[in-house]
Amino acid sequence: MSWFRRVGWRHLVAILAVIFSLGPIVFVLSAALNPLGTLSSSTLVPNGASPDNFTRLLQDTDFPRWFLNSVVIAGLASLLSVFLSALAAFAFSRRRFKGRRTGLLALLLIQMFPQFLAVVALFLIFSRITGLWPAIGFNTWWGMVLLYLGGALGVNTWLMKGFFDTVPKELDESATVDGASHTGIFFRILLPLVSPILAVSGLLAFIGTINEFLLANIFLTDGGSKTLAVGLYGLVQGSERNSNFGIFCAGTLLTAIPTVGVFLYLQRYIVEGLSAGAVKG
Amino acid sequence: MTAQLEGPATRALPVLRHIIRILLLGTVAAVAIWAAFPLAEGRHWTGLGILAATTAGLLYLYTTSRHIPAKYLVPGTLFLIVFQIFPVLYTASTAFTNFGDGHRGSKADAITAIQTASVTRVPGSTEYQLKIVTKGDGALAFLITDPATGQLSIGDSAGLRPAGGNPPPGYTVLNAGQASARSREITDFAVPTAAGAIRSAGLSRAYEGTAVRAYDQATDSIRDSVSGKVWKADEGAGAFVAGDGERLAQGWRVNVGLANFTRALTDDTISGDFLRTLVWNFVFATASTGGTFLVGMAFAIALQGRMRLKGLYRILLVLPYAMPSFAMLLVWRDLFNTDFGLINNVLGTNVDWFGTGLTAQFAVLLVQLWLGYPYMFLVTTGALQAIPGELTDATRVDGAGPLQAFRAVKLPLLLVALTPLLISSFAFNFNNFNAIYLTTEGGPFPADNPANGATDLLITYTYRLAFGGSGAQYGFAAAISIFIFLIVAVVSAVSFRRTRAQEEVYS
Repeated sequence: MSWFRRVGWRHLVAILAVIFSLGPIVFVLSAALNPLGTLSSSTLVPNGASPDNFTRLLQDTDFPRWFLNSVVIAGLASLLSVFLSALAAFAFSRRRFKGRRTGLLALLLIQMFPQFLAVVALFLIFSRITGLWPAIGFNTWWGMVLLYLGGALGVNTWLMKGFFDTVPKELDESATVDGASHTGIFFRILLPLVSPILAVSGLLAFIGTINEFLLANIFLTDGGSKTLAVGLYGLVQGSERNSNFGIFCAGTLLTAIPTVGVFLYLQRYIVEGLSAGAVKG
Repeated sequence: MTAQLEGPATRALPVLRHIIRILLLGTVAAVAIWAAFPLAEGRHWTGLGILAATTAGLLYLYTTSRHIPAKYLVPGTLFLIVFQIFPVLYTASTAFTNFGDGHRGSKADAITAIQTASVTRVPGSTEYQLKIVTKGDGALAFLITDPATGQLSIGDSAGLRPAGGNPPPGYTVLNAGQASARSREITDFAVPTAAGAIRSAGLSRAYEGTAVRAYDQATDSIRDSVSGKVWKADEGAGAFVAGDGERLAQGWRVNVGLANFTRALTDDTISGDFLRTLVWNFVFATASTGGTFLVGMAFAIALQGRMRLKGLYRILLVLPYAMPSFAMLLVWRDLFNTDFGLINNVLGTNVDWFGTGLTAQFAVLLVQLWLGYPYMFLVTTGALQAIPGELTDATRVDGAGPLQAFRAVKLPLLLVALTPLLISSFAFNFNNFNAIYLTTEGGPFPADNPANGATDLLITYTYRLAFGGSGAQYGFAAAISIFIFLIVAVVSAVSFRRTRAQEEVYS
């Protein structure tokens, strides 16, 4: 009894939590392996294992292309936006200038506007851009990346600023005495020290971009330019919903592999980064 | 840590620094030049001016040694201005107009559209031979031959003029396949003439027709020459209205002042929808944030102490967070399926989860819980680890039980640490479009009101107004998004103010 009161209940809670967490994921796995490949024949426990859904996904759809599009767009957008965000966070954390406080508040405020209701305006802007510079317009990697970079400064900047604040200013001062310029301080002292938060922000931005559906759905209409979110959504639309469920689940699993991999690899940083950022606001 | 401060590590080689700077500035200049050509070609002088000013500003900023904060802020801010602030301001400004289907362009556009749409063939008019041609930039034109005189003319949206060759230089004739691929465009294409317009009849013939409806400048109205009906221009509504109240579909965009805002608050059906949606929206955002936080925190506490398999539990627990959420939302939609959904199968029930308001609301909240609690679990785990062990020890010495110690010491500290995250999570969930759109799509809808469903958030409701099947109402949708903005901003500002006392946000 005392074992249960000390440790046992923890195991019980943990097992319940794991069942809740894994239930839908196991279902996706079974449905992906389900030889019939329909929703109505999918069960929690696999009723057979066949790679049919995976081969159909790779042969009958543009899945490899969607995958490439998603990884390139999300990869570029998250890398660049973390960099832009770190630059701004450095200025907010280390420099004192007019409008600093207003700037910080404004960043928070602009996040409150339901972004994609500006979608009409964005659509009009991009129609213009497509006419002038087709290389960065609709249905292109760069167009999407630029669009997502609009959101580079935001909550992430706050998180990073908080983390920058925890690095003692004395480090900068002694570096300045040693003759380092502000770029030297930023690139050679601060960036290496805040690498956990960079990793976390990068991962969050990557997950966020890969999951972004609404803008991508409007801006990427051409079959070959779709991202995973748009492409997979199209698989289970309308009458195809039941019959394509197996290949949809197969696609979901393949989409999850890179994120889950990076996630597990960075898990240590994530707890550290999120909590440190959280503590400092 | 100190090793990084010693010696030349802090000083990049001056030569290298100069090279990097030159390369970066060169890239900026190159991009600017690349962007300038199409602008100059299209004679967009304002755009060209803005581009030149921006480029000059950037080159100045990164060559001077002053304005150091700006050097770090400008790159992100540029994108922020172009892709967020500008669109948001534009959207906000449309809230004061009737912008939407039927009210897109200027009054002149509307008149042209009305006249061109009313072109009908006059019996006995000449039938021309037609070839469909395109200019270098892909714009359509009609190459027509008058059967009586053999006169060859080229016509585009600017009018008809004699053609200097067959086909004229600079034009290419479309073959049947290419033409039928653009057949819709061709059907809508009209070459304005003095009497009316030349339109196509099939892909090889064209006729000249006359516009039945014409605009009369003196009376500022449209007159139908067949029926004799007159539609007068109503500048307030941006439409031509007949005496019996009939409106022409093609209107123009006008300022309507605060009409969209008052409509949201006073129009009985709409304000009813708006209020009900607002209440559910608060419930949804609060329950999503609070529920995930409570469950995440409970699991974090349970997994705090020394125990076996802790690492494995933690990894399995946070897996939902790493799964692609858009796909999992679609999977959850099917888990709730009445006939072959997993939930009904496991429970042995036959509930139509998305069929009634309450079950649908419960279902979307459950999905939110599943998607969101791993994140809360992660951050609470981190925050709990940051609470010094001495504090808990001290409470134990003072004779407090574990529950009491938690409530008196850990919970307040946790809340201080996590409030900013909880607020931003609230703001995110308040506008969580995907959570609704990819599962219930706002439904179930009452039989008499297809515009507003039981699980609709303001954002999905507004989206339907703006892009929904019953015609776009951008102006009205923009007005509602301003309401959303105000609500979220006020809620966040109040909560931030209350936590500022405990926490130095602006340190």
